[in-house]
Amino acid sequence: MVSRLLLSRFAPALASARRPAAAVPRHAFMGIRRYATADTEQHTMTVREALNLAMEEEMTRDENVFIIGEEVARYNGAYKVTKGLMDKFGEKRVVDTPITEMGFAGIAVGAAFQGLRPICEFMTFNFAMQAIDQIVNSAGKTYYMSGGNVPCPVVFRGPNGAASGVGAQHSQDYAAWYGSVPGLKVVSPWSAEDCKGLLKAAIRDPNPVVFLENEMLYGGHVVGLLASYWQGQVEKEGSDITIVAHSKMVTHSMEAAEELAKEGIKAEVINLRSIRPLDIDTIIKSVKKTNRLMIVEGGFPISSRARQFDYLDAPVERVTGADVPTPYATNLEALAFPDTPLITKVAKRALYRTN
Amino acid sequence: MAHQPPFSVRSRTEEENGSLACVRLLRRLPLGARGVQTTADTTQLHQAPSDASEPFTLKLHEDSFQTYNCPKPDLEVQVTKSELLEMYQQMTTMRRMEMAADALYKAKMIRGFCHLAIGQEAVSVGMEHGIEKDDRVITGYRCHPFAVLRGGSIKGVIAELLGRKGGMSQGKGGSMHIFTPSFFGGNGIVGAQVPVGAGAAFAQQYKGEKNCTFAMYGDGASNQGQVFEAYNMAKLWNLPTIFVCENNKYGMGTPAERSSSNTAYFTRGDKIPGLQVNGMDIIAAKQAVAYARKWAVDDQNGPLVLEFVTYRYGGHSMSDPGTTYRTREEVQRMRSTQDPIRGLQRYLEEWGVATEQELKAIDKEAKATVDAAVAEAKESPEPPVEDLWKDVYFKGTEPQFLRGREREEGKRFY
Repeated sequence: MVSRLLLSRFAPALASARRPAAAVPRHAFMGIRRYATADTEQHTMTVREALNLAMEEEMTRDENVFIIGEEVARYNGAYKVTKGLMDKFGEKRVVDTPITEMGFAGIAVGAAFQGLRPICEFMTFNFAMQAIDQIVNSAGKTYYMSGGNVPCPVVFRGPNGAASGVGAQHSQDYAAWYGSVPGLKVVSPWSAEDCKGLLKAAIRDPNPVVFLENEMLYGGHVVGLLASYWQGQVEKEGSDITIVAHSKMVTHSMEAAEELAKEGIKAEVINLRSIRPLDIDTIIKSVKKTNRLMIVEGGFPISSRARQFDYLDAPVERVTGADVPTPYATNLEALAFPDTPLITKVAKRALYRTN
Repeated sequence: MAHQPPFSVRSRTEEENGSLACVRLLRRLPLGARGVQTTADTTQLHQAPSDASEPFTLKLHEDSFQTYNCPKPDLEVQVTKSELLEMYQQMTTMRRMEMAADALYKAKMIRGFCHLAIGQEAVSVGMEHGIEKDDRVITGYRCHPFAVLRGGSIKGVIAELLGRKGGMSQGKGGSMHIFTPSFFGGNGIVGAQVPVGAGAAFAQQYKGEKNCTFAMYGDGASNQGQVFEAYNMAKLWNLPTIFVCENNKYGMGTPAERSSSNTAYFTRGDKIPGLQVNGMDIIAAKQAVAYARKWAVDDQNGPLVLEFVTYRYGGHSMSDPGTTYRTREEVQRMRSTQDPIRGLQRYLEEWGVATEQELKAIDKEAKATVDAAVAEAKESPEPPVEDLWKDVYFKGTEPQFLRGREREEGKRFY
């Protein structure tokens, strides 16, 4: 399997790094090297630290890897994700740009065509709309249009989706937009494990990868199970309902699962992890078991991914962002995105419960 | 044949006034200062050549270049007979290829977009003679000659236009998406190739390569914001990028003066110096490109803007007759008085480099070469159905499944 190949390629690197122990020591897949920590001490890192370490390791390993974006070097990153990297690697490899997304995204694509491995940071993916032509048309489609002659090994990364109180223009979730483009790979990690493993894999991937982070997850010590690149991850096993989510919505879904568990409902939470390619098999396997499906994402409803399955006892419940540009007032903003109580309520509805 | 220069030279006073336009334009030609003279045959021979590989000196017309904050290129150019003959052969062959594409399009064997560079041959051939193999070139959609000259093949281009497996992009890209290891296309989105070209130069600098990238665009694309974004970063970081504006006076159906508040495209780099060149004279074109390369690579002066003043005889594309926004007389006049191939022909005959018979033989051979390539391209089959799913992702990194149009269609990779 390709995923096993990828894993075996970067498992040694992961082993040498400071690696967090899994919160729930479960065996998820075959082929994952389980880390033997003899002690019970929890080594955890924040999502931000995981991303930083992933980039540092890859830049050490391959001198063609460089970072380009606004405030990534001397400012240490608008959200401090690239902190310390300029000090370590110098300004040749951590490049501050003017505020010209279309231009520097194009430069990243050209550098990738020419054999480098750029990590192009967008301060948020809202600003990447200015550059979306370069991402979709120059990066995403060129390998196909050239008949396999011109690969584009670029990573576009940055915060995506809701932040807090930043208003409509700074809160959109683009997972479905980029996820609809064949030629791109689109990743939306959740835990620190996801972030470290998936960012390393993304940097090594010869395809253009859109790496969607979430600003509200950066500071968290979000612990999940060890990442496999292609596959969704069952973060919590259950038998009554399948909740599929990605990025921050996984946090809410896990909390909702806890709430539901108090009432005897066993929800299975799948961390999608990869939007494109989408791991349908994991979802189907789960739905066959639970017969109920709920999909949770921060994007607008019309664009959210929903699937009809043959194994359902109840219609698919789609829990999404509200179909409005994100409002600024706190109480209104809270009504624009899914949260834990909402997910709990809807899960019960799928189970035909009214309480 | 009569090659009358279409311009009269202005009085000395006007030149002293610092006007960019040193020549008066004839009435029918578009207004808006082309400073350079644009006939193809005003270069003078200084020493007669003897054998084919012995270099001899030519002197370009003093109005071959206009400069913006940079020194004028040397008007004396060293060439050899064999190089001149090669230029003639290449320009003739490229024109034949484009004409073949024209015919195939009209026969409905080529579909979609097809943008021909007939009239602009001196730019692509001149560039190829002024750069090194490992430099990089990127342009927009008027790309067929570049694809051949940069290491491709005529058969590969024609087969791509026909949508066949033997095409340089396996039939998957079409006219606008043809690449070679030193040519990054062929790009469909106007202007997008310019920052991408600056990115290739970024990588060349990063890796310490003694090369540069020619990022080409037209007068229509020159107003794109991303072009200025690329200018800014190239100048800020001293990237070895030559920004090349192929000014053929029309952006699709819009003359340059109707799209651009400043039609002196070579001055629009602001802090980046610029050079305007007679793009119909292949010797001038080659000299400008060599000058630009030396500027960026040897002298490490950072970016330069190069503007070739050139002309396309055809419309914007095969869907455009090219006569609704300009007169047939204008097109005819350009063809008969400023054609780059006829201009070079005149030099070659005048300087004793080749006789009319020899040049006719080259013409004939060019036609035969292209005809053979077209025949070979036509033999190539359509791509197999499996190729639909191929190269969406890098070989070996495909996802498990790519869905088709409905749930029973699709490709499972593993």
